[in-house]
Order: sequence, then structure tokens, then C-alpha cells
Amino acid sequence: MNSQPLPLEVNGLTKKFGDFTAVDHVTFSVQPGEVFGYLGPNGSGKTTSIRMLCGLLTPTEGTASILGVDVFKNPEQIKPLIGYMSQKFSLYDDLTVLENLQFYAGVYGVPESEEKKRIDEILHLAGLEERTSSPTLELSGGWRQRLALGCAIVHSPKLLFLDEPTSGVDPVARRVFWDLIYEMASKGTTIFITTHYMDEAEHCNRVAFMYRSKLMALDTPASLKSTYLHGAAWDLAANPLLETVDELTKTDGVAQASLHGDRAHVILDSTQWSPDQLTKYLAGKGITVNSIETVQSTLEDVFTLLAHRGKIGEAA
Amino acid sequence: MRRFRALIKKEMIHMLRDPRTLIFIFMMPIMQLLLLGYANNTEIKNVPTVVFNQDNSKASRALLDSFQATDYFSFDYAVYSQAEVYRLIDAGRAKVGIIIPPDYNQNVATRKTADVLVLLDGADPTIASAVMSAAALAGQAHGASVRSQQLALQGPTGSAASPVDVRTNVLYNPDLLGSYNLVPGLIAMILFQTATSLTALAIVKERERGTIEQLIVTPIRSWELIVAKIIPYILVSFANTVLIMAVGTFLFGVPLRGSLVLLFGLVGLYLLPTLGLGLLISTAAKTQQQAQLMTMPIMLPSMMLSGVFFPISSLPLFLQFVSNLLPLTYFIYILRSILVKGVGIELIIPQIVALTVFAIVLLGLAAMRFQKTLD
Repeated sequence: MNSQPLPLEVNGLTKKFGDFTAVDHVTFSVQPGEVFGYLGPNGSGKTTSIRMLCGLLTPTEGTASILGVDVFKNPEQIKPLIGYMSQKFSLYDDLTVLENLQFYAGVYGVPESEEKKRIDEILHLAGLEERTSSPTLELSGGWRQRLALGCAIVHSPKLLFLDEPTSGVDPVARRVFWDLIYEMASKGTTIFITTHYMDEAEHCNRVAFMYRSKLMALDTPASLKSTYLHGAAWDLAANPLLETVDELTKTDGVAQASLHGDRAHVILDSTQWSPDQLTKYLAGKGITVNSIETVQSTLEDVFTLLAHRGKIGEAA
Repeated sequence: MRRFRALIKKEMIHMLRDPRTLIFIFMMPIMQLLLLGYANNTEIKNVPTVVFNQDNSKASRALLDSFQATDYFSFDYAVYSQAEVYRLIDAGRAKVGIIIPPDYNQNVATRKTADVLVLLDGADPTIASAVMSAAALAGQAHGASVRSQQLALQGPTGSAASPVDVRTNVLYNPDLLGSYNLVPGLIAMILFQTATSLTALAIVKERERGTIEQLIVTPIRSWELIVAKIIPYILVSFANTVLIMAVGTFLFGVPLRGSLVLLFGLVGLYLLPTLGLGLLISTAAKTQQQAQLMTMPIMLPSMMLSGVFFPISSLPLFLQFVSNLLPLTYFIYILRSILVKGVGIELIIPQIVALTVFAIVLLGLAAMRFQKTLD
């Protein structure tokens, strides 16, 4: 097992832009064949990390290796090993679907004898067979995104970096896209994906959570929940609602309270409260609780909690 | 109204947060003003002149003094054979040749008419036509003053004809056609535009679209990317050259006197520094608009100071110096020499060396600055 180098190993990766530290001593490794989620709010350093790992940016400090090859010493050697789909849609609008694929097959040096077969495979995988001669300009968001993915995998990379591939894509297209990701992972491609959609994080084998340039947590979605969430998650129908959230935020044993539509969402820190006790406690503060419903805790709860702690940690 | 105000505000912020573009927006009109103010000067002065004075008497020196008094001529060379006069004009070192016959003094003294030959380089019609009339006028005035002195001293004897007859002979372009000047200028200008601006734009466009990121993560080498970008523009540039020359020849009757092989070889040489410049701009510019603006401060002096429109010899000294720093100056010279004068490679070696140096420096700088990363 250990004789095989890992798809990705990152050690103390740091990037400073002047006084601003965009990525602060990040360390992790990615296992073969896993779907590794790299999560965090906008501006938390996800894109900067991914750009360094693809050799687009030079790190200020730290090392990284892809399948045993040092990314920063031999940036050109890693390029055939990786696929990268950038956040910004970056295909050539004036080329057709097929021309874009052919261009990338060409620059990645896919042998001409295999080119047609490989492109047909990708067209089939992405469902683009009917659109080979459409100008890319005329494709809608979901199609463009699948084409961009197709271009990034035309050379069958071992490790695929996807930088917020689903931003700006409708939910149905997102679903289709994730099916594609699973299919690739099942065929042995290791996938490194950034997103700020928390529901997508649940699809990953393991999740790293970035907050304000630092890696805050890294584990499977289930372990993250059991490690950080010690109590239940409740939705309260209460009146007046905003005061309920304010009051709960100040209450002992409540990790986090927030507004979820017409409910107050509460993440408990311990088992000290029962629904009845909490109703009574809030009544004492002049709040009427109509119902308390236990809901399944999500990764979003974990990240809200972590982000909240991160903020406090920085203020301290 | 509220929406409109918000839009204006947003656009102002865009502009103010892009100082590079802003600087160029303000520099442009100032540069234009300065350049046109100094260079748009049809007054011709100090044209390099070669003198072959076979007479070398007091009378002939008096004639030359009266030529010099016009400020049109700068007697840079004194030679001892007609062949040397032609050689200096062929080489472009002199634009005017004055040949005074051996019997000048004798003819003036015996009240015959002395012939003075003034040769003009017609490849530059602006200079040639101005100098032609200046020479004729200076000759007439000098003749009249000689005659009046003779009349005062000796009384009215002999011929009443003017003692000096200045004959002008325009070389290469006897009709002083402006198109002789325009076509080489146009070739140079179009090459500059396609090579510099388009190359700069082609790479900046990748950056602007975000496609450069996708390119950098591929195993493409920098030089492959650059060369691939350049080749289409080289082809376009050669095609343009052929087109302009064809139009110039068939429509305006511009001659193709020199070797076409040499000409195209040197067009290729000129493209190197020009493309280097385009690449250099593309490493500095973030948007296509910036790239376009950045070509302007090079484009303008190139057009104004390279001798395309205005003779270099009439420029103030410091602008003549600037002119020497422009690849276009050397290329214009080469084009005119080959197309209009039909000279061979041996007379344009300094210009070829200059273009080669520009090519090495500019391409070198571009290659150093163009790296396969985003930072």
C-alpha cells in the first residue's frame, strides 16, 4: 500500500500576497480513488490552493507532490498527470464542441490513433454526442460545464482538480454532473473538488474545511458530524422569531442559532436541554414556542459551528 | 435617474481603479500634440549634402556660400569624383549632390553661363521638391548679384544672360511622386499594426477570457504557445506586404527596383522585433483595451519620427535621437532603398544590424517576462 505514492500530498502550503495570507500552512493528503471535497466560504483560500497545486501559482512556503512528483520543482512533469477545470468558464467560444475537445486532445498529446475513440467516450459520458458541431457560445450553462469537464479529462488524468465546477449551474444539471464525478471516481480517477454548496459536501468521501485561509477540519462527513456536533439539531416555530434567535444565541448549551425560513434553527452543544425545558425557559423570556422538531444535522451545521468558532478564535 | 447615476458611478470606479489605462488616456493627447507640433514641419533644413567642386575658386565658393545661406543645405561631404557623389546618395548618407564644373570661374568671369548640377534624392519627395526650388532660387539670386557687381565694375558688355544656371536632376523618382514615399510607409505601418497590436491582443485575450489558466495546466511549453500565436500573424503580414506592393505598383506606379528576395527576407527580419514588442506588451497588459492603448505610445512616434511622413533631417536633434531608437526608422530606410533606389544588401548593412539588435533585445525581454504562471 505504502509503496504506491499518494495522488496528492500537501505539507505546510502557504501563499502570501503582500501582507495578506491567502493560504496559511495547509497540510493534508488525498487517497487514491477518493472524492476529496475542499470546502469553505468565498475568499477562504480554496482557489488559491488549487492554483498552486496545478502549478499556476508559486507558493510562498510548503511542498506538494502529485503521485510522488514534486509540484513546485517539476511543474511540467505533473501536467500530464492532472486535469484541471477552472472556476471561470474557460473554453473557446468561437470553437465548436468537437473543436474544443480536439484542441485539448492535441495539446495534451493524446495519440492521434486514440483521439477519436477517446473523444467519442467523452462525448458519450457527457451526453454531448448530439452537439458536436454546436458553437460553444450557444451552449447553455450545464452543457458548457460538461464540455469543460470533458476537455479537462481528455487525456485521462489520474488526479482531477475541479474548482467550483457547479457554481452557476441549475440543480438538475448539478445532479447530472455529480453522477459523472462518481462514474469517474469508480473508474479510479482521484477527484479533488472545491465547492461552497454544503449539500455537495455530503457527496464527498472526505471533506476538508477551509476558513479564513486555514484548514479547520478534515474527515468523512459522518465523522465530522459526530466530532463537532454533540447535541441534536432542532427547528423551532416560535414568536417573535428574531428575538428567539437572539435569545438562543446567548443561551448556554446552544452552539449556534440561526434563521431557517420561518423557523429558528438550533444546534445544541450538549444534552442539557429537553424540548420542554427549552420551551419553558424561552417562555420566561417572553417567547412563545409553538413547536420543536428534531431535524437531521447536516454538514452545514458543522461548518456554521466551525466558522463561528473560527471567528471567535480570531477575535480573541 | 437613480439607476443611471449608479451606472455612472460604477464606470468611474472602473476607470479610476485602472491607473495603467488612465495614464495612457492622458498621455496620448499630450504625446500627439508634442509630436505633431515638432514634427509636422514642412520647413526643410540642413539636408545632408555632398559637394563636388571641380573649380574650387573664389567664385565657386561664393556660390556655395549663397546655397548655405538658405539653411536648406548642410555641406557634410566634399568629394573628388562624380562616382562618389552617386555613391553617397545611393547609400542615403547625402540627399543632395552639388556638382560644380571645372570651368565655372572662367565662365563667370568671361560672362558666359556657368552650369551647376544639383542632384536630388527623389526617394524622399518632400525633401527633394523643397530643395529643388531652394537650389534654383539660390542660383538665380547669386547669379543676379554677380551680374550686378560686374555691371557696376565693368559696365554693360557681353551677354545679358545669367552667369549661373542651376540644373536640377531628381534621381530615382523624377516626377517626385508622393506615392513613392507612401507605399514603403504603408507597408511598414501595416506590418507594425498586425505584428505588434494583434500579437499583444491575441495573448491578452486568453488572459481576459480565462483560457490562459486552462492552457498553463497543459503540458504546452511557453515557446510553443508564443510561436503558435505568432505564426498566423507572420503569414498575414507577408500577405499584406504583397498586397500593398501590388497596389502600389499597379495603381500608383511605384517601382520595384531591388531584389524581392532581399525585400521579403528583411520584412521577416523586421517582424521579429515588432512581434517581440507585441509579446512584451501582452506580458504587461491585463485587458485587450490596455494592450491596445499600450501600443499607441510606440505607434505614434514610429509613424511621426521614422521618416514615413516627415524627413528625419528636419526634426529637432533630440527627436532625431528618438528616431534612432525606433526599429521602424531602419525598416523604412531599407524599404525605400530597395524599392525605390534598387540598392543591394551591401548599402543597408548598418540598418540590418540595427534591426537584428532590436530583435534580440525585444524577443529576449519578452521571453524573460513571459512565464507559464499566473503570478
